[in-house]
Amino acid sequence: MSVTSVDKDLDNLTLTLIADFDAPAERVWQLWADPRQLERWWGPPTYPATMQQHELTPGGSVTYFMTGPEGDRHHGWWRIEAVEPPSSLEFTDGFADADGRPSTELPTNVVRVQLTAHDGGTRMQLRSTFSTREQMEQVLRMGMAEGLRESVGQMDALLAA
Amino acid sequence: MVVDELPAKAVDDLFHALADATRRDILLRCGREEPSVSRLAEAYPMSFAAVQKHVAVLERAGLVTKQRSGREQLVRSDPRALQRAREALDALELTWRGRVERMSGLLADDMETQTRGHER
Repeated sequence: MSVTSVDKDLDNLTLTLIADFDAPAERVWQLWADPRQLERWWGPPTYPATMQQHELTPGGSVTYFMTGPEGDRHHGWWRIEAVEPPSSLEFTDGFADADGRPSTELPTNVVRVQLTAHDGGTRMQLRSTFSTREQMEQVLRMGMAEGLRESVGQMDALLAA
Repeated sequence: MVVDELPAKAVDDLFHALADATRRDILLRCGREEPSVSRLAEAYPMSFAAVQKHVAVLERAGLVTKQRSGREQLVRSDPRALQRAREALDALELTWRGRVERMSGLLADDMETQTRGHER
């Protein structure tokens, strides 16, 4: 397993995850920076992602959709807040409507990624924060059915690993 | 596995937190109002630090949360809110664990391709 630690801050609604990879930072960075590689891991196998726009520059955006088992499409977007290849990336991750237009009414999550050399490999520190408690509640309401399916699929994969 | 260890630890924290009369009293008080740590300290014949420690134990067990309000730390017992936060962060954890697994898988593929390349 490459996840080294997970910390959940219930007051600040923040997840901090540390993962260690057996590859140089430049290689791990490629997983984020190359849209073809990003779409191989962003969505779960049952909801694979297709990246459309992918500009990792400050203020740039990434747009994508995930395709469900019934061909149903779920659109999402990132707004890049800060980027420093190959060591850090900060973006706001949000939902979009059926036409792929970013929805400002739906909740967003701020994600910070840091890659550092560690033990001959790369340590990835990831912090994901819900901006407000209301947003978190909304995610729970809308994400339940879909999130549950997704999570069960991932559980299977984790247990098999 | 980690998944098995977490609930047992959580249960231990919970029972430890509830095993003390002062902590049970603090918990009841926080259910009725949102006292600051200093107001709680006034209510018990013990030092501020001791009360702070009790609050920390309750916090670790997920029974209360502390919220900063100006210069004060308000203590709130809101099991439902905590439960919701935990659910949301658990879901987020699963999502990211799945992603990290897939990232690892892709990096492992590199190695395999390299090894096969050397063999040829």
